[in-house]
Amino acid sequence: MAAVRTSSEVAFNRIAIAAVLVATLIFLAPIYWIASTAFKPKELAVSVPPTVLFQPEVTPFIRLFTKRVQMQKPVDPQVYEAAPWWEKRIYDGGERVLKVGKDVQLSQYPDRFMNSLIVAVISTVLAVGMGTFTAYGFSRFKIAGEADLLFFILSTRMLPPVVVAIPMFLMYRMVGLNDSHIGLIILYVAFNLSFSVWLMKGFMDEIPKEYEEAALVDGYTRMQAFFKIVLPEAATGIAATAVFCFITAWNEYAFALIMTNRRAQTAPPFIPSQIGSGLPDWTTIAAGTFLFLLPVAIFTFLLRNHLLRGVTFGAIRK
Amino acid sequence: MTQIELRGIEKFFGAVQVIHNLNLAIADNEFIVLLGQSGCGKTTTLRAVAGLETIDKGDILIDGKPVQHLKAADRDIAMVFQSFSLYPHMTVFENVAFPLRATRMSSGEVDKSVREVARVLRITDLLDKRPSALSGGDMQRVAIGRALVRRPKAMLMDEPIGALDAKLREEMRAEIKRLHVKQGSTTIYVTHDQIEAMSLADRIVIMHEGFIQQVGTPDEVYSHPANLFVAQFVGSPVMNIAEARVADQAGAASVTVGEAPAGFEFPHQLLSKLNGHAANGGLTMGIRPEGVLVRHDAAPGYMPVEASIIEPLGSFDIVDLKVGSTMLRARTKAGYVSGPGERVHVRIDPEQAHFFDTASGKSLGVRL
Ligand SMILES: Nc1ncnc2c1ncn2[C@@H]1O[C@H](COP(=O)(O)OP(=O)(O)OP(=O)(O)O)[C@@H](O)[C@H]1O
Ligand SMILES: [Mg+2]
Repeated sequence: MAAVRTSSEVAFNRIAIAAVLVATLIFLAPIYWIASTAFKPKELAVSVPPTVLFQPEVTPFIRLFTKRVQMQKPVDPQVYEAAPWWEKRIYDGGERVLKVGKDVQLSQYPDRFMNSLIVAVISTVLAVGMGTFTAYGFSRFKIAGEADLLFFILSTRMLPPVVVAIPMFLMYRMVGLNDSHIGLIILYVAFNLSFSVWLMKGFMDEIPKEYEEAALVDGYTRMQAFFKIVLPEAATGIAATAVFCFITAWNEYAFALIMTNRRAQTAPPFIPSQIGSGLPDWTTIAAGTFLFLLPVAIFTFLLRNHLLRGVTFGAIRK
Repeated sequence: MTQIELRGIEKFFGAVQVIHNLNLAIADNEFIVLLGQSGCGKTTTLRAVAGLETIDKGDILIDGKPVQHLKAADRDIAMVFQSFSLYPHMTVFENVAFPLRATRMSSGEVDKSVREVARVLRITDLLDKRPSALSGGDMQRVAIGRALVRRPKAMLMDEPIGALDAKLREEMRAEIKRLHVKQGSTTIYVTHDQIEAMSLADRIVIMHEGFIQQVGTPDEVYSHPANLFVAQFVGSPVMNIAEARVADQAGAASVTVGEAPAGFEFPHQLLSKLNGHAANGGLTMGIRPEGVLVRHDAAPGYMPVEASIIEPLGSFDIVDLKVGSTMLRARTKAGYVSGPGERVHVRIDPEQAHFFDTASGKSLGVRL
């Protein structure tokens, strides 16, 4: 069809593009702010008016990964000269890197980051895995009270989770699940499972049942048909569900703050706890936040095509 | 060597009965076509044979052994589905190989079998493609390949070419016929297209609302329809059906339709063959358009009528003729009747007339 556009259509098109640009700017502004702060010298972080152009530096990241103490007196010039470049940056800031013998003491950030990864990955795998099986069951078999059961599953989402935080905390402490990876994983799986079941049910319903029936006639068991046919066909849905579950678990703050404090603490409650005393060091916090954003950004970017189909699932008919 | 027998099959979906006491014996190598309108239970019957649907009553026997309690995987039957053809995430090769992967066959043998089937179906150069890159016809060819590759006891095909356009359907029809002649396997084929049924079937099973209406060779169901449903379902253009009265008139039988002032002349023996059936009314005559003979000038036995609508269909025309209060459709040479309103003369060929009991719809089996 030849596209004959009227001038009002052209105008509308321009307005639409402008709106998209504005929206993108609004969404990107905080991200830009975090990213730029992460590379700023300390004193520029809070300058008024805000600095936009500056010489980027990595000192915030060095501070993020090391333990430091304030220096009482200026550093011995000989020691300064012998220090590696990144250590000099700390001396320049009036601090020195904490060492035991020759070993640089790392901050807790890598541990907390690792905790976040462990909890988010395992809880996502469990939530998506269980959700996929459950959704398959709901989608393919006659289940008494199916609609009610699905509704009950969703009902876990009907109150703000924080409401149960205090009782959960008490119960967790009683059974020794507080400050443990398993404790957080169980919580996040519980959050995400209902979502995962519902989303996956939509995807499962879209896979024609003839796909498996053909496999059944061809001599496969239902289990084999599930793994050989249903799972590959549901890959898009699984990817989309996984992204959403991962983001939820990765970003969860309230329960992580209440349920963990040391061993199993994840990055979200840890990063703000580094504000410290005296003048808050925004650049180090921004550096921690910036690194924390990366896994989700990468994960989402890799799966973005699936995601787009995922969020519009049901709307697209093949 | 596979015979399939269906004995007294009944199937309910909830309270709705979709198959009623279905009995059918299929011989080895026979090509059976289930023919019927949408929703008459064709797919359900096929799925029951495949083991994808349980039955509420009756037996399904394959080579004399009841299989209704066996899982689909254990029945050694292949099926081409109505709404599914290929797995999108596999190449054509993998799709065809898929049924073999369920067996203990070595990958060398799998490769050999797939290539053999591909050769027969002429899809060798498609083997590395994804289904999304195939045309509709090729897709169905591959789907048939999937079914053939395992050399199953029987083949079930549920409207395998129903979604293709007319020209491709014709091509594929010939292809399926060729394959059946070559490979020979007991086949149940479902379609709602009577031309497909006629051209492929050894025997046609005509179904309506879950009941078998007639089982017979294409010629039998065409020439000797068992009831009014079959009479009107099989054959195109559709058979004319009209309530008829038969009277004894000076040594001949006169068959009146549509309360017309005069009747069509039939041989006298019609009366004895009808055996009084005409007396109590309730008689319906069926005549295919080619049995309605039309000529321009008057002749003995011909009745003057007026043509109303003319449908040119290329090689012939279908002309609607007003006979009393009813319309008879006649098949004429193209352009024979020039236009609506033209007066022509019409006769019914007694040899092509069918007679049915109006109430039951059953054929009276009267032929002249
Ligand atoms: N799973 C089911 N649950 C309830 N009713 C069903 C189910 N499957 C089929 N039916 C009904 O059973 C009847 C027969 O269906 P079936 O699919 O066998 O028809 P068909 O002859 O194959 O029709 P078509 O030509 O449209 O494919 C229809 O009325 C249909 O609505
Ligand atoms: Mg069907």
